[in-house]
Amino acid sequence: MIDSAQLWLVIIGLGLGSYAFRFVFIGLIGNRQLPDWLLRHLRYTAVAVLPGLVAPLILWPAATGGSPDVPRLVAALVTTVTGLATRSILMSISLGAAALYLGLYLAG
Amino acid sequence: MTRQTTKSIFWKGARDAAPFILVVGPFAVLFGVVAHEAGLDLLAVMSFSILVIAGAAQLTALQLLVDHAPTVIVLASALAVNLRMAMYSASLAPYLGEAPLWQRAIAAYYLVDQSYGLSVLRFEENPHWPVGQRMVYFFGTIAPIAPVWYLCTYIGAALGSSIPEGLALDFAVPITFIALITPMLRSRAHVVAALVSITVALTLAFLPYNLGLLVAGLLAMIAGAEVERVTKKRAAARGEAG
Repeated sequence: MIDSAQLWLVIIGLGLGSYAFRFVFIGLIGNRQLPDWLLRHLRYTAVAVLPGLVAPLILWPAATGGSPDVPRLVAALVTTVTGLATRSILMSISLGAAALYLGLYLAG
Repeated sequence: MTRQTTKSIFWKGARDAAPFILVVGPFAVLFGVVAHEAGLDLLAVMSFSILVIAGAAQLTALQLLVDHAPTVIVLASALAVNLRMAMYSASLAPYLGEAPLWQRAIAAYYLVDQSYGLSVLRFEENPHWPVGQRMVYFFGTIAPIAPVWYLCTYIGAALGSSIPEGLALDFAVPITFIALITPMLRSRAHVVAALVSITVALTLAFLPYNLGLLVAGLLAMIAGAEVERVTKKRAAARGEAG
């Protein structure tokens, strides 16, 4: 169970922090130019955090008590390959889910 | 060129954004369901989606809360996912910086992947649009997206308990994240950043409090920026030589 005080702290903190990120440049800086090195690092934040978050969830899924699971690994692979080939979020989620259910069905 | 009316520009934004309903809707439903499963009540689930409006960061925070990570780690990791919003803000500032403050304050709240991506594309295509029309276009893109985001979060939270075990919803989060990440891998620098992130996160998975993810994010960001810098330098050198 998630602690209620911690939950609300996270919701409000994340809300305020995200708003600050969104507001900081259009709101405060206006149209002044930002240093290149800063923009260069900001460009990679999403692609730097999300894969690291997902990799352990794929290799050691909580649903199997943390041991690697073939249907889930295959589903992850299918989602990745489809995403790279089609660049379509919908297509890769659909095929990834289809692979997962097929795998779970075959694994019994 | 025909003069575009403010109204037509608003609808242009709304039309451009309409296909994204197919991505935003299911993503919001997913968040609602997963948050409900994690034990959040309706008020908490809706507050998340209304205050944060950023699915990836919300799911990151939720995942870490379920893992009982300390508050500081939860906030730092989820905010790191949202750091890209600062980049969006920086990138739109030259286009929207001259609008009245109250408009910019509202636009900042609605600065999400879709409104940013479409706006920056159209602003570049239509440099003659005055700042007022740019704002109108921006709000046009948000008109189909935001209501769907709130509504579908609610549907997900309400459906939550009626979803059967066999659906293996635990894996909907990883699959959705992979689907969000792969289109971001536009250049070698992005691929390197993603690979560094995965390698470091797995290697440091033994660290307490999910600290490994923060280290992985930081190193991957530096790696991506460095690859971009070197690639550009090489390209410039080639350009001069040949």
